[in-house]
Amino acid sequence: MRTRLIAALTAAMPFAASAQSQLNLTQGVTEISNRVYDLHMTILYICIVIGIVVFGAMFWSMIAHRKSRGHKPATFHENVKVEILWTVIPFLILIGMAIPATSTLIAMEDTSESDVTVLVTGSQWKWHYRYFEHDVEYFSLLATRPDQINNKLPKGTNYLLEVDRPLVIPTGKKVRFLITSDDVIHSWWVPDFAVKKDANPGFINEAWTKVDEPGIYRGQCAELCGKDHGYMPIVVIAKEPAEYEAWITAQETAQREAKEEEQRLLAMSMSEAELMELGERVYLGNCAACHQPNGQGIPGVFPSLVGTEMVTNDINGHIDIVLYGKQGTSMQAFGNMLTLREIAAVVTYERNAWGNNTGELIQAADVNARTKN
Amino acid sequence: MSSAAGTMDHHDHDHHHHAPSGITRWLFTTNHKDIGSMYLWFSFIMFLLGGSMALVIRAELFQPGLQLVDPHFFNQMTTVHGLIMVFGAVMPAFTGLANWMVPMMIGAPDMALPRMNNWSFWILPFAFAILLASLFMEGGGPAFGWTFYAPLSTTYSSDSTALFVFSVHIMGISSIMGAINVIVTIMNMRAPGMTYMKMPLFVWTWFITAFLLIAVMPVLAGAVTMVLTDKYFGTSFFDAAGGGDPVMFQHIFWFFGHPEVYIMILPSFGIVSAIIPAFSRKPLFGYASMVYATAAIAGLSFLVWAHHMFTTGMPVAAALFFMYCTMLISVPTGVKVFNWVATMWRGSISFETPMLFALAFVILFTIGGFSGLMLAITPVDFQYHDTYFVVAHFHYVLVSGAIFSIMAAAYYWLPKWTGHMYNETLAKWHFWCSLISVNVLFFPMHFVGLAGMPRRIPDYALQFADINQIVSIGAFAFGLSQLIFLAVVVKCVRGGEKAPAKPWEGATGLEWTVPSPAPYHTFDTPPEVK
Amino acid sequence: MSDHQSTPNRPDNGRVVKRLLLVVVGMFGFGFALVPLYEVFCEITGFNGRTSNEAAAVNTRAVDTSRSINVQFITRVNQGMPWDFQPEVKMVRVHPGETKVVNFLVENRTGNNMVAQAIPSVSPGEAGLYLNKTECFCFEQQPLAAGDTTAMPMQFYLDPEIPAHIHTLTLQYTLYDITANATPDVLATMLAN
Repeated sequence: MRTRLIAALTAAMPFAASAQSQLNLTQGVTEISNRVYDLHMTILYICIVIGIVVFGAMFWSMIAHRKSRGHKPATFHENVKVEILWTVIPFLILIGMAIPATSTLIAMEDTSESDVTVLVTGSQWKWHYRYFEHDVEYFSLLATRPDQINNKLPKGTNYLLEVDRPLVIPTGKKVRFLITSDDVIHSWWVPDFAVKKDANPGFINEAWTKVDEPGIYRGQCAELCGKDHGYMPIVVIAKEPAEYEAWITAQETAQREAKEEEQRLLAMSMSEAELMELGERVYLGNCAACHQPNGQGIPGVFPSLVGTEMVTNDINGHIDIVLYGKQGTSMQAFGNMLTLREIAAVVTYERNAWGNNTGELIQAADVNARTKN
Repeated sequence: MSSAAGTMDHHDHDHHHHAPSGITRWLFTTNHKDIGSMYLWFSFIMFLLGGSMALVIRAELFQPGLQLVDPHFFNQMTTVHGLIMVFGAVMPAFTGLANWMVPMMIGAPDMALPRMNNWSFWILPFAFAILLASLFMEGGGPAFGWTFYAPLSTTYSSDSTALFVFSVHIMGISSIMGAINVIVTIMNMRAPGMTYMKMPLFVWTWFITAFLLIAVMPVLAGAVTMVLTDKYFGTSFFDAAGGGDPVMFQHIFWFFGHPEVYIMILPSFGIVSAIIPAFSRKPLFGYASMVYATAAIAGLSFLVWAHHMFTTGMPVAAALFFMYCTMLISVPTGVKVFNWVATMWRGSISFETPMLFALAFVILFTIGGFSGLMLAITPVDFQYHDTYFVVAHFHYVLVSGAIFSIMAAAYYWLPKWTGHMYNETLAKWHFWCSLISVNVLFFPMHFVGLAGMPRRIPDYALQFADINQIVSIGAFAFGLSQLIFLAVVVKCVRGGEKAPAKPWEGATGLEWTVPSPAPYHTFDTPPEVK
Repeated sequence: MSDHQSTPNRPDNGRVVKRLLLVVVGMFGFGFALVPLYEVFCEITGFNGRTSNEAAAVNTRAVDTSRSINVQFITRVNQGMPWDFQPEVKMVRVHPGETKVVNFLVENRTGNNMVAQAIPSVSPGEAGLYLNKTECFCFEQQPLAAGDTTAMPMQFYLDPEIPAHIHTLTLQYTLYDITANATPDVLATMLAN
């Protein structure tokens, strides 16, 4: 009997341990996040103790002072001493809570003396990272496939918490984030760093972290930012400084070379099949969230691309809106997000899919011409 | 105005007319009891409607992945659910209770401004008809959350925003008229001898609530007007391009929004302060400190708005100021809870349904208060903010707080309203089903929030799946439990055991001196209060 | 009805209602008054990191050579704004009190004459209080003919009283297309050129 009980308990142990990590706030991986966790636990325990005292007294009277037991009611209805006491004691407890809270907050807000600065920009519904000290910038998009979201494929382990290009930061260095937005308000949140800061359009906000352990840390946008608010995760990879340096140098070279390559290949034309195939892929990855896979948009919110003037006629307007976006709408600029080839392909795709059939092929050189007047 | 209204305005000394019947009775009534009943029924219908939207949300969240609705519609559901519950369910329910009970509690024959009373109710259905109609517009209804943060609600919203603004304006006008009526009634219509410090706490808390309403509903009206002009008339209050600031929207909104939170809870304090003494057969402990604590909470509510916005980026000094002020609110709130416990202490307690709901209120509201205190701590709030922890917090305060107190009030005064006792067995079923399901619904939300699930998302990562499933089951159980309440009320209105003038042994107050059901006109001759 | 049980020292209903309505109207006005109040409040405290729209007086105080502060520049264009917009240098290191000029390069890549407005934002917001611009392109609307390129200057110094804990200051400009709302004289100047 006893052995069976122990067996049952030990079997339950790993479950309990894993359950705990899912039920409570993460301790995180930075000094700050640990301080935040400690503060959280302290206040939680204080609340539990107060709760036990108050609810204890309440349940005691509910049990002992019930009419059905024949308890006769007392008549007292005030007691100045007691009332002063239960005003002053909570006040003192609050002071006790406020002291560590204040020092933690001041530490969190001290962004000075940072080693690396990253510009974080939110837009509907992706994040963009730019390294201030290097010529490296890129967008970071949800990598979960729509088939998983629509329940056509089984969901992967990191369902909705995976991106195509994570942010990479060095360990042991103070990394400063300058956070802003291109359209609505977003909020950049990585629980393991205890960093959550709103991205306000037209304004910059600061936050910082110093991660000691290499690893992959995941977060999400934490401010309602429209339709796909639930689909703009954040993934940060912390690498050893040497590894980070190698990575960032490689990125810098790769991004420079890609641009040069792009210019070199301008003269090269793509075939219709190539354009349509690449165009469809780009469309589904970047445009379909709003304009829908069938191009019909959502009436009253996102315009249809089927048979509309811009898509069937105004080529320059069409390329421009993809390159630069449209002010005062959700249509954002894709000029620095997609390559010239990709833009050419997606414009071609839009002009020939869903019965638009204009028969026009747009090449990278045409797009390039719109960027230089 | 028809002759029916005319007769009711005519409050001379020979006026025990029969109430007019048919639809005109309700359309033109200026009787505080009729209007109170209409407010209560309206709020219950809205409660079911807003609740069914919550069930759409919970059904979608039962499993990860998109099953039933698309994300855009999901956002409309969260938005309209919030708006309906705040402005359509909780606030009108309190106004209904005030209409019914305030005149009877202070020995007045009616509200001071009966025709305005009729108006303030009858514009409400139009406001909500407009809001609901906007859901069927091209582009859908409002999808920016009930907090309608700019620029999501301005540049990036669909054209239904104009209807949203219009309907919020009407709701605001209705609340302001209701509040003015309550203030004038309490100031001018008290029976001789009913001094301010003799008023029942429900009257006191409503008096303070009414002042909060006239102070902040106009600010909300201003905020929605600015949203409207930013969207359609080229102003740039909240648009950085024109020199505006989107964060300023949040300051203006929460300057309204935080007092609004107390508008939805202060009358609950009044209700519970009536019920706990009645079923403990012992006077309320610390009446005066209850009044002062209510006033202190109301005053502090104007100094804490930015605790909703710690993550927007503000100087440390400002964050500290708002943190300290917010923590301070727990002192007067604590005083209230301690007073209720002291009222029960050494009483002679019995557990009829109103008392059960009131006790559940005290415990669950206090849990909501604890999580509120945790949220006040700025550094930790960075982790809690905009997660399900916040959702759990405010639902504990609003559902198992405000709504439970409204249920308690309904059971407590139903015999007075209908003249019949409600079915105690069925009512207890309602209580226990609600109590269990409300905790299955909201308690696990704390965990999923701490584990990192953001609010207002239609789909979530796999580690949140188990808890979301439990929460959704709780939601449907809670929703269905409310149908028991409907059954109890309908049965009670139709018939049942005859209720005496004072059905509760320990109850005190003028409302129990009139027969049950309360006659159409009460206190035409003011009672003497000693 | 109001005289049902009025006693002499209670105001009548009409008066109370009038006063309450005044409060309502006043609070509606206060909602709008919050807009300028917020601006003044931000100007005094640096709450939202905006810098002044007016040119500051030239610095007459001594340069504090004992310390240096990094001033970083970030440029952005709003969506739908097809200009290229870059700072000439990404960062300068200045002593408090020292006057510097930084040029920002813009190119109107479209075939249309356009007018832009730059909106500044400073982080940390507190530092914005000590950033004095004696000359800035952001004070005025900036017209640029189709295909043109220009360098827009910004001259500034940091107040020598800038707190010691500020080591780095980031100044961001976002460029917005305001061609549709440009003031007539800006358009006239552009056409004259």
